[in-house]
Amino acid sequence: MYKIIKKEKLNSTVSKMVIEAPFVAKKAQAGQFIILRVDSNGERVPFTIANYDREKGLVTIIYQIVGATTHLLDQKCAGDYIEDFVGPLGNPTHTGGYKKVAVIGGGVGCAIAYPVAKEFHEQGAEVHSIVGFRTKDLLILENEFRGVSDKYLIMSDDGSVGEKGLVTNALEKLIESGEKYDLVITIGPLIMMKFVCLLTKKYDIKTVVSMNPIMIDGTGMCGCCRLTVGGEVRFACVDGPEFDGHQIDFDEAMERSMVYKDFEREAKCNLLQMEVAE
Amino acid sequence: MNPLKANQMPHQAPLVRNKNFLEVATGYMPDIAIDEAKRCLNCKTKPCISGCPVGINIPGFIGKIAAGEFEEAYQIISDESSLPAVCGRVCPQERQCEKKCVRGIKGDSVSIGRLERFAADWHNKNCKIWPDVPKQNGHKAAVVGSGPSGLTCAGDLARMGYAVTVFEALHTAGGVLVYGIPEFRLPKKIVELEIKGLQSLGVDIQTNVVIGRSLTIDDLFESGYEAVYIASGAGLPRFMNIKGENLKGVYSANEYLTRINLMKAYRSDSATPIYHSKRVAVVGGGNVAMDAARSAIRLGAEKVYIIYRRSFEEIPARKEEVVHAKEEQIEFLALSNPIEILGDGDNFVRAIRCIKMDLGEPDQTGRRSPYAVEGSEFDVAVESVIMAIGTSPNPLITRTTKGLSVNNRGGIIADENGMTSHKGVFAGGDTVTGAATVIKAMGAGKIAAKSIDEYIQKVKKE
Repeated sequence: MYKIIKKEKLNSTVSKMVIEAPFVAKKAQAGQFIILRVDSNGERVPFTIANYDREKGLVTIIYQIVGATTHLLDQKCAGDYIEDFVGPLGNPTHTGGYKKVAVIGGGVGCAIAYPVAKEFHEQGAEVHSIVGFRTKDLLILENEFRGVSDKYLIMSDDGSVGEKGLVTNALEKLIESGEKYDLVITIGPLIMMKFVCLLTKKYDIKTVVSMNPIMIDGTGMCGCCRLTVGGEVRFACVDGPEFDGHQIDFDEAMERSMVYKDFEREAKCNLLQMEVAE
Repeated sequence: MNPLKANQMPHQAPLVRNKNFLEVATGYMPDIAIDEAKRCLNCKTKPCISGCPVGINIPGFIGKIAAGEFEEAYQIISDESSLPAVCGRVCPQERQCEKKCVRGIKGDSVSIGRLERFAADWHNKNCKIWPDVPKQNGHKAAVVGSGPSGLTCAGDLARMGYAVTVFEALHTAGGVLVYGIPEFRLPKKIVELEIKGLQSLGVDIQTNVVIGRSLTIDDLFESGYEAVYIASGAGLPRFMNIKGENLKGVYSANEYLTRINLMKAYRSDSATPIYHSKRVAVVGGGNVAMDAARSAIRLGAEKVYIIYRRSFEEIPARKEEVVHAKEEQIEFLALSNPIEILGDGDNFVRAIRCIKMDLGEPDQTGRRSPYAVEGSEFDVAVESVIMAIGTSPNPLITRTTKGLSVNNRGGIIADENGMTSHKGVFAGGDTVTGAATVIKAMGAGKIAAKSIDEYIQKVKKE
């Protein structure tokens, strides 16, 4: 059982939780994730490590409330316990040797993009961050990003905060204006990452994405999280979660991520005791 | 007592049991067990013992059953086996002890496996005394993996007085005993009891710790463990790399079985989803393929196919599993090999395309090589495809530990005493040999425990 030390709502759908998990905290690095079960009947679900405190043995996750499991998770408060919590899983981000990077975060993906941006900043790289949200209420980690970015642009679908438009619009504008990036890191919804990669491929800029397929064990034993990368099968949990974005078959990944859509809808209906659209 | 015919094991009726996850074989009643035990000749040569990978005193325990001394029979078994209720259920006895049984020359062998299960079940039901923690010898050892190999090694070391910690990556201990072998072959309550027995001996089991990530092998030595036994199994699934293998509805057997067995997806109160497909194809012919197929039919499938590229007679699964599968209405498509998986408009599986095989010239092992018969393609309409074509050792530890030699199949190289190329590190079970059996893994665990004891005592003297 793993104790929740702190819980904070970042906006109406995103929460931050700090959990006591000494093994994970001791070894965690940017880019890695954990797998947790909310209770003893719970499914195993992955969440990226947003932050960690090695001395205190604490790990921070930031999650979006999407379906039944995240709903149940969000009902827990500081002082409550999570049944299982294991990690750190996956390969850490490679941050060495880059002088100028663009970090593109979408929605709750910004929670994963932030520790990476922070790492590059601490290594002395010039960091340009572009974050995208549907609307102003969903904006998260603004101050944190400003603290580690040499340029920070907010894009929103409805124009309620920052500029109206997509992160790809902002990125293209920067590239066209002469910015030369050694690396683009993009983390967010699959469709967003797909289009960022299509854009950067035009300009031949190395691009790294962080994939979040469905997982069960997270240690390479089931193949549930498999992706096609450069025509070959790779497991996101042990070969990733970060990959060369230009090599990924995003369409396949998007299809596979929806395999349990009907189950998820039913679980949510059962939990909330009402009809749910999606 | 019939010298030539063994007492039959009572089973749930096939068409009843293929709709539930309750145990298929229900076990001997005491009078039947005694009758079967009396068939043992207690012959001088005792070839059965040499057929047992952990060297159980078979005539010894059978003699006790014949005398009605069931608890004493259990004690004899547990002298050599840490998991008696498990072995009695899952060992391929027909290739081991029972194959060598003298009774088997003219008639049926003595049903050694069924008697072992009987004694273990009797003990679990009637004996409420848990063993005590033995006198500690002041030394610590670590075991990686709580499957049959790791648990056996831990149990033997604990009995010698060592303080043992077992590190398990998943949230429940048991390894393949909980994620791989289904409830209807090996009830999880039984595995829980066996593990509780080990914990009462003082074995400390820590779940949710991934060695190679949460802790490294070097960390273990730094924390004061004097030796490490790696028993992390062969959990890396193999795929065929054919077109359509990433469609929705294609699983590795590991994923399918883990959802069902470990995550209990067959139960409506489990949060883990699984599709209850009407038609399922399982590719492969081993015990895992049988387990996957028999699980699929229990999830309500109307048609379950086993697709195996060699002939039916060559199917490698345990004979009892194949017989049970057939009784449960699973269809065997032998001499067939998948070439493509076809999807519908929503990228879900709609069929598996196979080609007929024929047997050609024998290869170096003497087995006739299967080859595809040109123009014999055929489609089988299914909604789920399960790949049960084998697993290899999980590379997580070998990728993250320096100084550990590995062979070209990813297995850790260990000598006949379980010693690896890294000082103080031992390995055994599937992580060394590739996917094999529970009992062989247990045998390796016993050897490793002895070697670790010798190693630690030797280091102590230096």
